[in-house]
Amino acid sequence: MSFYAFIGALEQGFVFGLMVLGVYLTFRILDFPDLTVDGSLPLGAAVSSVCIGAGMDPYLSLIPATLAGFCAGAVTGLLNTRLKILHLLSSILTMIALYSINIRIMGRPNFTLLGKSTVLDPLAALGMPSWMAAPALFACVTVLAAVGLIWFTRTELGQAMLATGDNPRMITALGVNTGNMIVLGVGLSNALVALCGALVAQNQGSADVNMGVGTIVAGLASVIIGETLLGQGRIAKMILAAVLGSVAYRLAIALALSLKVGSFSFAPSDLNLITAVVVVAALTAPKLKRKVAG
Amino acid sequence: MKRILTLAAAAVLALSATVAMAQQKVVSITQIVEHPALDNARKGFMDGLKEAGVDAKFNVHIAQGNAATNVQIAGQMLDEKPNLVLAIATPGAQVCAQKIKDIPVLFTAVSDPVGAGLVKTMDAPGGNLTGMTDMPPVDKQLELIKKILPKAAKLGVVYNAGEANSVSQVNAVKAAAAKMGLTVVEATVANSGGVFQAAKSLVGKCDAVYIPLDNTVVSAFESLVKVCEENKLPLFSSDNESVEKGAIAALAVDYYAMGKQTAGMAKKILDGAKPATTPVEALKNLDVHLNLKAAKAQGVTVPADVIASAKKKYE
Repeated sequence: MSFYAFIGALEQGFVFGLMVLGVYLTFRILDFPDLTVDGSLPLGAAVSSVCIGAGMDPYLSLIPATLAGFCAGAVTGLLNTRLKILHLLSSILTMIALYSINIRIMGRPNFTLLGKSTVLDPLAALGMPSWMAAPALFACVTVLAAVGLIWFTRTELGQAMLATGDNPRMITALGVNTGNMIVLGVGLSNALVALCGALVAQNQGSADVNMGVGTIVAGLASVIIGETLLGQGRIAKMILAAVLGSVAYRLAIALALSLKVGSFSFAPSDLNLITAVVVVAALTAPKLKRKVAG
Repeated sequence: MKRILTLAAAAVLALSATVAMAQQKVVSITQIVEHPALDNARKGFMDGLKEAGVDAKFNVHIAQGNAATNVQIAGQMLDEKPNLVLAIATPGAQVCAQKIKDIPVLFTAVSDPVGAGLVKTMDAPGGNLTGMTDMPPVDKQLELIKKILPKAAKLGVVYNAGEANSVSQVNAVKAAAAKMGLTVVEATVANSGGVFQAAKSLVGKCDAVYIPLDNTVVSAFESLVKVCEENKLPLFSSDNESVEKGAIAALAVDYYAMGKQTAGMAKKILDGAKPATTPVEALKNLDVHLNLKAAKAQGVTVPADVIASAKKKYE
């Protein structure tokens, strides 16, 4: 793999690491399969881009984007806990609604940021080469978010959220409203996903209503790869594993894109197949390891 | 002596290798998704460059519709140190505009380069990007519909409101229709499964249906043909393939020809022309494709002069 491909994979791995943290929060901590992410990723991108288009500072634009993501997740949580709609269905409903909402926000399906300032500009102004700026910034943001999430799980509120996913009956007996925990948790998860979307849009130069397609697949794949690489363990370890999994997933794709064995090379259309194989390998590796060991 | 000869031979070989390498150009291509029209544009480009006598090594990348892969590809292309980058369709072109600053970038099959932020104006792009628009000449297409159906007053349009290209085309259709005294009736779909119902919703509300270049609708074109034939509703398209499938007529953009024309622009840029001052081009030659069998099934009699002007006829 070439240097640029490697750096590009790090960049994508770190920025999508925010999304993977969000997916980890719902999928593993709350035990809530959440497809809202396919819509909240472009939601964050749309809100941030429109704010920048209106003249807002790119860093400030991340705040409304993140809040919008929180609201989207909270809606999914409310549909599930208040209206008693199955979690998977609640999230699908929010996701399809977001498609229309995102087009409304942008006024069109694709909002360009070319020629506008982005979060990367201050780094470029400091003289940082462009290939370094994006991965460096995204690594900082994602590691900060991971540390924040670890801190959160150690607070009383965070402990209540962990217990909501683990043992809802016990936590209800302790007087915690599990419904509120789910609304908050899914909201937080989608806030992270929308922040990711905002950064992705600024990095790629446009927000597009279709940019969220497949987000959940990449998120789940990354979580599972991370768990396979680091093994099960304490919450802090698992949160770091999610970020590591995100980077490993993008590296695997970059590797597949650049792989050539003699005259054989993968066709671009093999990419989805490769993704599926990588995920299956990650899912079965721990079992194989156990078999070999035992 | 022998050693000197070997050295000399090696030097000559090395030198000729460098010369050969200097002549061979590296062209990196990024394409957002595999799709017959976009694939044809790519083939046309590669064939066109060869015919123009350019010895080029092509690196082809396709993102399979994935936004993250699309960005990763831009990084990878930087590493290939190409003499020229070709971006096929809008998303790839946008990411190139953001990431690639020192290499000339050509785009093709982009409907609205100004709206997508790729160029400042069509005549003077201003940056390191220029290329070709595939915006169909909607005014000429509406004229063709008017020639075949002089009494038509309401025109139904089916498209995916999530495709940026379709939205810009439909806006152009509305502007052109207003000038010709036509009213536009819209039906939008979110995926190809919705096309059948959208077509049915137009029955009784319009005199003809016109389909822009919309990937979602075109991929479910058969269901449109079925509804239109059952209800004697004339159907028009913007691409040749759909005429073969059952649209009455199209003034079509031939993507292979577009690729070839883009190759002509590539040759100029490889020879030193600056993208900043090279105007964005539109396809020069447009042909009328006609399906007389479909016309009959949809209750339309095509005037003789239109039949005579058709480049290709299905009977």
